[in-house]
Amino acid sequence: MAEAALKELASLEKYLGLKKTNKYSTKGERKVPVLQTKDGQDIVGLVTIACHLVKAAKQEQLLGRTREESAVVQQWLEYRIVQLGAPGAKEESRSTLRDLNEYLEDKVYFGGDFLSLADILMYYGLHSCMVDLTVQDREKFVNVSRWFSHIQQLPNVQQHLPRVHIMKNRIYTNVH
Amino acid sequence: MRLYVSEGNPQCLKVLAAFELSGAQCEVEAVSHEECIVPFLGHSKLPALLLDNGNFLFSSNVICRYLLTSGGDETSTAVGQWLEWETLDLQPVALHALRLAVLQDKKSEALESLRPSLSYIERSLQKTGKTFLTSDELSAADVVLWGTLYPLLSEPMLLTAVDFKALTAWFQRVGSFPACKKASDGTFKGHGLQSLKSYLQRQPTNSTQATRATTDDPTVDDGDERLLTDEEIQAAVQAWSKGLTACPKRRQIVHPILPQQDERNILITSALPYVNNVPHLGNIIGCVLSADVFARFCRLRNWNTLFVCGTDEYGTATETKAMEEGLTPQEICDKYNAIHTQIYHWFGISFDYFGRTTTAKQTEISQDIFWRLLKRGFLLEDTVEQLHCQRCAKFLADRFVEGVCPFCSYPEARGDQCDKCGKLINAVELKNPQCKVCRDTPAVRTSKHLFLDLPKLEGRLEEWLETTLEKGNWTPNARFITRSWIRDGLKPRCITRDLKWGTPVPLEEFAEKVFYVWFDAPIGYLSITANYTDQWEKWWKNPDKVQLYNFMAKDNVPFHSVVFPCSLLGAEDNYTLVNHLIATEYLNYEDGKFSKSRGVGVFGDMAKDTGIPADIWRFYLLFIRPEGQDSAFCWSDLLLKNNSELLNNLGNFVNRAAMFVSKFFEGRVPTMELNQEDQRLLALTTWELRQYLQLLEKVRIRDALKCILNISRHGNQYIQVNEPWKRLKGSDADRSRAATVTGVAVNMACLLSVMLQPYMPTVSATIQEQLQAPPLCNMLTEEFVCILPAGHKIGTISPLFQKLEVEQVEALRQRFGGQKPDKAVEKQEATTTTTTTIDDVQELAKAVAQQGDKVRQLKALGTEKAVVNSEVARLLELKKALQVAQGKTPVQKEKKK
Repeated sequence: MAEAALKELASLEKYLGLKKTNKYSTKGERKVPVLQTKDGQDIVGLVTIACHLVKAAKQEQLLGRTREESAVVQQWLEYRIVQLGAPGAKEESRSTLRDLNEYLEDKVYFGGDFLSLADILMYYGLHSCMVDLTVQDREKFVNVSRWFSHIQQLPNVQQHLPRVHIMKNRIYTNVH
Repeated sequence: MRLYVSEGNPQCLKVLAAFELSGAQCEVEAVSHEECIVPFLGHSKLPALLLDNGNFLFSSNVICRYLLTSGGDETSTAVGQWLEWETLDLQPVALHALRLAVLQDKKSEALESLRPSLSYIERSLQKTGKTFLTSDELSAADVVLWGTLYPLLSEPMLLTAVDFKALTAWFQRVGSFPACKKASDGTFKGHGLQSLKSYLQRQPTNSTQATRATTDDPTVDDGDERLLTDEEIQAAVQAWSKGLTACPKRRQIVHPILPQQDERNILITSALPYVNNVPHLGNIIGCVLSADVFARFCRLRNWNTLFVCGTDEYGTATETKAMEEGLTPQEICDKYNAIHTQIYHWFGISFDYFGRTTTAKQTEISQDIFWRLLKRGFLLEDTVEQLHCQRCAKFLADRFVEGVCPFCSYPEARGDQCDKCGKLINAVELKNPQCKVCRDTPAVRTSKHLFLDLPKLEGRLEEWLETTLEKGNWTPNARFITRSWIRDGLKPRCITRDLKWGTPVPLEEFAEKVFYVWFDAPIGYLSITANYTDQWEKWWKNPDKVQLYNFMAKDNVPFHSVVFPCSLLGAEDNYTLVNHLIATEYLNYEDGKFSKSRGVGVFGDMAKDTGIPADIWRFYLLFIRPEGQDSAFCWSDLLLKNNSELLNNLGNFVNRAAMFVSKFFEGRVPTMELNQEDQRLLALTTWELRQYLQLLEKVRIRDALKCILNISRHGNQYIQVNEPWKRLKGSDADRSRAATVTGVAVNMACLLSVMLQPYMPTVSATIQEQLQAPPLCNMLTEEFVCILPAGHKIGTISPLFQKLEVEQVEALRQRFGGQKPDKAVEKQEATTTTTTTIDDVQELAKAVAQQGDKVRQLKALGTEKAVVNSEVARLLELKKALQVAQGKTPVQKEKKK
């Protein structure tokens, strides 16, 4: 878990085009990621560090352009660490996918019409789950798959993760 | 917005508290625990907040953060970190603890399971020494943690059982906010923990989460204490012991103030407010208030300072206003000049002279500069095509033309400048021009005018700018705007106008013309000084001995950094040019802009009627001063800052320190014997004081204010740790310690009164009166000296600040929130001026268009029907209002017949 979080942050750094490699460690039983900043202040927690990196890269639009938008982004970032970072997450993944599929039905991104940090962290968080899905399930959660396929094709997002193949043509046309 | 909560749900507590604190307008609906409110989630998730854009927030922390975040986002990393910790660490533990306490009645066990988390919070609070978790202001982090801990810690027995002092104090501090009280009373309704029973019984148990308690964390260190060297500490102690006697005497202010040989001579101007408007809070913070803080600071530094300002009175707008009110332009100016004077007086703006531009000196100096420019060949003559409105029978001043911007196609560009792209426009270049008064399309006519030959002066300007920008203290926006102007290339600028109300052009063939305000108005600084003293040239023709500071909002920068310096350089009369140009960004009001016509926002003359003292206004405006970026005035934030920063931090410290002297030492400052801790505190205070001096010298007004609050925070902590009230009852050594702590604290309070003077002059004077501080102390040096020696008798002590209540502030917010669209129609019926009618119809038409777009967008996104329907209903309402507004104009005409 800890290692995954650190890899994820390293990928995020690359995606954001941040040159200087930050120093990371983990702490506590839960192996919470810690970023040691230059001024000696520690920044703790996956989402907090990710937001910090986005600001450091001056790409604040990834956190939402208005108060409402940034609240929605924060909402999905929290959802990501609560639902997809917890130990029991695997068992709950189907209900999570069901919810996300419902939510993404009329949306291009988690923020609605703009790419945000929520999409990137959700992508990292959902990757292992998407790998495990059968082709039939990928079709069942069609909106999640559409979104996932879209995000992994964005430049520089994929980084450390292998590509998940999503078929464009449906095979199981009679299934809903 | 709509907030959904369920009764007895502990997660709802923080959200309700945040909602109360934010003063957000939002309906609250109580639903059952099982109700699925969030459409895309397969299970119930409460609380939930439906946003105006149709999105749902379904986590209590995100809702709290949303409700409590307004604009400025400096602390968001710290807040975010706490929220993340709370979500992943504290919440599961707290839920487990609650279950133990409520369902199994194992309260002490519950507490033990919570202890590591509490200890973590305790250490963090101790480490930062701040009033709240992330800063000295209440943030979403405090509300969220408080809300989670409240059900457990509010049980009387439980809080005393844990021996966490900082945590206990913090917990009570947060809980004492009326909003938090109201939320907790509403949630528990006097039934205590049992009211949570039905909720907890429904929650699935998850043992893995519960055991995941925060363990004591070795990475928490004490590294952020400021490192002070022994030398620093020794120097601070030495300075302290010298007392006031070592300080130089404060300068006596004798009018007229004139530059002195071998002294630091500082000339401060604030952009001249245009006379025909009542200034709003944004205008006040943008120039006069910022300049005032700096002027007061300079005086405290014992620098020879002159601060002038006045009303800018010439121009078309005055003429029009005069026609509207049936007065002569001069009468209008007299009337509004008095209003301005009163407002600034109320805000405590310490002008050395507040003048006006409609004076004989203005004519004299403008014409002199004009002649000099003409003789030196810096003026060009040309005929210009100008917009002339047939119906109004006059040439249209720039501000009376509106049209499409030729550069960026913004549809509402003004005749002189586009509000969107900021480029200057020649009115005839506008596409589809319209007369703003009668809406006719004006025709182009020719008229002969004079131009300032800026290209010819560009070389000198650049030479001057190069050295000035290097040495001077210009805000980044001022530098940026100036550079981009020069980069785009300078063109000749017209300096005359077909008008009557202005400084006459002293040439026969221009008898019907006056100087254009942008040429004329900055000369107002000179003429106002000339009205103050005949020796004005000692200030204005003395660039070697005088440092000139111009304060303004950013839209005024080009006139002060490019155009006016060109006039003065071309006049070749050794003028003092601006050395330091301080420009603010814009201040918004709540979520929008100040608008006189819509009645949105607080205007200078209304601030007084709110019952909130001028110093509180000053403090808040300076606290949110748009330094570096736009900021917003927000009522709930005003309440928060008043109650947390002023009342709980600054007021609390000053009052306690003085109270101890008064109560325990018969009103006499006790003898002080400094130990190491005290010496460190002196050094720390000195460090903050020097920081404050440095920042203010760079005119970083908002940042310097934080140093004051830091000192008082150190002071509060010092008292808290040393507990003089307890030690008084102890041994001789304890009593002597109590005396020292009290003496040092009251001296810090006195230092604060001096540092506070630029920001809150009345409060500063009140503190000094209570402490009977010697007038000599009103001077800022690099040292923190013992101002009140042992034996000094202080006066009567009383509280400095009053708490602002949510209801009171909410009422004010509503009062200044402007008219709702349907009310705008009523207002229109009451008014008779045609201009407002046009404005309001336009306003409504715009609202209809916007709402239409929104509905189309929602439909396109396939948003829920209920949401779309409610937006459609609003659209229909607006359309109706627009029809009424448009239909009304002919009705009025009929009446007139």
